Amino acid sequence: MSEHKQAHVSQFEPSHGTVNSYIIGFASCIVLTVVAYMVATSTTISNTAAIAIIAGLAIVQCVVQLTRFLHLGAEFKPRWKLLVFAGMLIIVLIVVVGSLWIMNNLNYRMLHSSDQLQEYVESQDGL
Amino acid sequence: MSAIAERAAGAQRTVLGFWIYLMTDCVLFATLFATYAVQRNSTNGGPGGAALFDLPYVLVETMLLLTSSFTCGLAVIALQRRNKQLLLRMLAVTFVLGLAFVGLEFNEFRYLVTEGNDWQRSGFLSAYFTLVATHGLHICVGLLWALVLGVQIWRRGLGGNTVKRMTLFSMFWHFLDVVWIFIFSVVYLWSGRL
Repeated sequence: MSEHKQAHVSQFEPSHGTVNSYIIGFASCIVLTVVAYMVATSTTISNTAAIAIIAGLAIVQCVVQLTRFLHLGAEFKPRWKLLVFAGMLIIVLIVVVGSLWIMNNLNYRMLHSSDQLQEYVESQDGL
Repeated sequence: MSAIAERAAGAQRTVLGFWIYLMTDCVLFATLFATYAVQRNSTNGGPGGAALFDLPYVLVETMLLLTSSFTCGLAVIALQRRNKQLLLRMLAVTFVLGLAFVGLEFNEFRYLVTEGNDWQRSGFLSAYFTLVATHGLHICVGLLWALVLGVQIWRRGLGGNTVKRMTLFSMFWHFLDVVWIFIFSVVYLWSGRL
């Protein structure tokens, strides 16, 4: 009976990690978090560089957690999980990048002073 | 043997289905992140993130959640080794760390609201509270799930669907930590820099 149970467990998910894999994942996540925190609070790094480094570290940590904790990419073919993940990534990029693009463009066109607006209306020969 | 294989295949389908749910949840969070990114400067004359957020405090929250994600992974390994005592202990540690995280987050919200910086103060704060509280609500659901799972394992042992249910819970919990990486980076760490 216990042998059957063992077979059941091992057949169920081929992609469960080992203790070492979890410890390596955990340790690297701590390092990545602390480094990102130090970059954010440092006064010597410029804003643009800090934002880029924090974004890079977040993506690296995301990949570490997806592979070490969620075992993404460790499944057998056909890799449905990876396929659904890729689809999700495309939608997320469209939503986030699209929103920022459209709204920044809108801000650029709308945020003029009333004087500038008046000038524009007059230059257009009224409305 | 074929019955076992059949059951394993069924469990695999459930895991894939749950994974698809998690991916749609990602899209939900993406819309909230997009809203936050658009509203980040809409402070309506009120304070921005740099003035409001206490980074060392949030670092402690982050470490609590990260550690609970790790202990959740150890609980899965304990189940693989059919070690009920270790599994329950790891699940309990995960639960306590998650509870501490929610407590700290609630305290942070309470502080903001009592200082007059609630979600009605500005578009920025509306977006902030919606994004972070949606994650917090997910964590609360996860805590309830861990509690129910723990009690059932304690009372009924490791038989039945325990492996499947523990796998689904661990996926949910790890996923919430992945979302938190981006909340920590985009909302908190970027706040003084944008």
